Amino acid sequence: MSAQRSFVQGNEAVVEGALAAGARYFAGYPITPSSEIAEMAARKLPGVGGVYMQMEDEIASMAAIIGASLTGKKSFTATSGPGLSLMLENLGMAIMAEVPCVIVDVQRSGPSTGLATKPAQADVMMARWGSHGDHSAIVLAPSSVQECFDLTVRAFDLAEQLRHPVLVLSDAIVGHMREDVHFPEPEALDPITRRDPDVGPEEYVMHADGADGLPVPLPPFGSKYLVRANSSAHDPSGYPSADPGLARANIRRLHDKVEDAVEWISDYSLIGPDEPDVLLISYGASARTAEQLVVDPPTDSRPALLKLRTLWPFPDRVIRDTVASFPGVPVVVPEMNLGQIVREVQRVVGKEHPCYGYHRSDGQPIEPGELHRFVEDVVT
Amino acid sequence: MSRSYRKYLLHDKFPLFWCGGCGNGIIIASLARALARLGVEPHRVVATTGIGCFGKADDYLATNSIHGTHGRALAFASGVKGANPDLTVVSLMGDGDCATIGGNHFLHAARRNIGITAIVSNNLNYGMTGGQYSATTPLGEYSSTSLYGNPEEGFDLCEVARAAGASLVARGTVYHVGVLDRALEEALQNPGFSLVEVMSSCPVHYGRRNRLPSPVDMMNHWKTRGVPISRFAKLSPEKQMEHFPIGVLHRRDRDDFATRYRRIQQDAGGVRS
Repeated sequence: MSAQRSFVQGNEAVVEGALAAGARYFAGYPITPSSEIAEMAARKLPGVGGVYMQMEDEIASMAAIIGASLTGKKSFTATSGPGLSLMLENLGMAIMAEVPCVIVDVQRSGPSTGLATKPAQADVMMARWGSHGDHSAIVLAPSSVQECFDLTVRAFDLAEQLRHPVLVLSDAIVGHMREDVHFPEPEALDPITRRDPDVGPEEYVMHADGADGLPVPLPPFGSKYLVRANSSAHDPSGYPSADPGLARANIRRLHDKVEDAVEWISDYSLIGPDEPDVLLISYGASARTAEQLVVDPPTDSRPALLKLRTLWPFPDRVIRDTVASFPGVPVVVPEMNLGQIVREVQRVVGKEHPCYGYHRSDGQPIEPGELHRFVEDVVT
Repeated sequence: MSRSYRKYLLHDKFPLFWCGGCGNGIIIASLARALARLGVEPHRVVATTGIGCFGKADDYLATNSIHGTHGRALAFASGVKGANPDLTVVSLMGDGDCATIGGNHFLHAARRNIGITAIVSNNLNYGMTGGQYSATTPLGEYSSTSLYGNPEEGFDLCEVARAAGASLVARGTVYHVGVLDRALEEALQNPGFSLVEVMSSCPVHYGRRNRLPSPVDMMNHWKTRGVPISRFAKLSPEKQMEHFPIGVLHRRDRDDFATRYRRIQQDAGGVRS
C-alpha cells in the first residue's frame, strides 16, 4: 500500500490500519455492525500471507487470536457488544498471560440483543471492567474514519509495547460512515515489531520488565525459547504458583504497567475558543456532534471540546488540567449511554465543579440541536 | 538424537499433583514416549490445556504451553495451528473441558480438520470440583450431583468426533498402554484433526460412587471392558454392549485446514506455490 487518499468506511479503515500495522491473523465471528471488518480481513489477509479464521463463537475467536499471537503473528478480532460479552473471558487470559492482541468493538445498542443494530456508546465500562478480577485496560475510541485507521495502528503498537490486549471502541456510526481518509506511506508508520529477548533461552523469564521498564520481548512458539502462557496465577516464568506474595506482585505489575503509562497512552485534542463558556468532553460519534457546536457555534455560545481518543487508562491529569485552565466553566459530557464517562469526569473534577452528562440511549445519534439546547440551559 | 522421553517432562515438578490411582500420569508419559519416538523437539511442541484435573497436564510438560480457560484448549490450539501449521499442537483435556463446556470447539475443530491432536482423559466425571457428573457420565451412574442416578446419557466422544469430521479417531485406556502409545504416535503424525480418547481412572470420585473404589478395581474395569477393535467387531451384539472398542477406530482421508488455506493464500498471491 502506498500513500493515498480514499473515501472509505470506518470499518474498512480499521482493516487497512491493522494491515499497515503488520497484522497477519484474524479470527472472528460475524456480527453487525462490525461484519465488514471480518469480510475485508477475509479478503485481504491471504494475499499478504496472513490467515483469516471464522470461529464458532466469540469465545473461540478471542482464544484463537491469543494462540496466533503466541506464534509471533500480530492478531486481531472484531465484534460488537454481544460478542464482546463473550470475549471477556479470554480477554482476561490475554491480560494474565501478557499476550498482545487487538479487539475492535463496533458498539451497538443493548442491553442484550437490544436495538439491533443501532449505534450506542454503552460498552465503555464493560471494556474497562467486564473481565473478572483486578486488571487494567487499554481502550482507544475513534470518532472519524481517519482515526479508525490511526488508532488501529496505535492499538497494535500499544499491544506490543505493553504486552496487553488493546480495545478499539468504535461504534455503529463511526464504523459505517464514509469519509475521506489519508493512508500514509508504509515507511512513515514504522510499526513496532516483535524482537528477540536480550538473553538466551536458559535465562529468559517471560513475565518481567526490561531496562526500558516495559515487558520483555515475547519469543514466538517454535523458537528455542519455551513460552508458558498461563491463565492461572503464576511465577515470573509462567509456572503456576499459589504463593500470595507472587500473586500480589503479579497482579500489581499487570495493573501498574498500564496505569503508570497513562501519560504516553493518553491521546486527545482540545479545540475551540481560548475563553469558552462551556467545555464539552466527549469521544467517538458523540464527539462529532460536540465538534459541530464548536466549529459552527450558535450565536449565543462559545463551546470548547476536549475530545478523548484514549478512554482507558482514564486520562485524569488531562481532564484536571483542562478543566482548571477554564476556571468556573461548566463541563458537559455528551455520550450515547446513560452516563459512563461522565462519572469518571465528575470523579476527577470533584463535586464542587459543575459537570453534567447529556445522555441518549435509544439507538439514535445525539443531534447538534438537542445538545445545543442542553448546553444553553447549563450556561444560563 | 536422544529418543528418551524424559526431556519432554519436567522432572523437578514431580511428584504429580493428582490423587493416587489417577490415570493422568499414565497419559502424559504415553504422550512423551510418542513425541520421543517421532523425534519432535520440545520447543516445536505446543500443549494447550483448560481447567480441571487434566488441565494441569502442562505443569509437567517441558514444551511450550497455553494453560487457558475452561473448555477453550481447542480454541487456543486452533489459533496456534492456524497461524503456524509447522508446530506440533496437542490439546490435553478432561471430559469436562472437551465434551461439556468446550463441546462446541470440539465439534468445530473436528469439522475444520485442523491439525491438532486432542487427547481427552475421560474419567467420566468432574474430578477437580468434587465428582459431579459430566457430559460423558453414563446414564444412571452416580456422582455428587447425580445422587439418585444420572438422568442424562453420556456422549460417545469417538462417535461425535467421527460425525463431526475428524480424520483420525482413536480410543485407549490407562490399562492398555501399548494401544495408547501406538494411537498417540499415529495421531501425532496425522496432518488433520485427531481425537485420542483415553478412558481414565478416578477411583476417588467416580470409582467410589460406582462400585470401583480402589485403583485396582478401576484398572480391572478398563482391562475387562476395553477390547481391541479387530476383536470387538467379532463380538455378539450383547457382548458389545458390555465392552467398548480400543485402538484406531476411524480414519478419513481428507485435506487438513492448513493445506486448504495454503491453496487460498497461493491463489491470492500471498505465498509462493
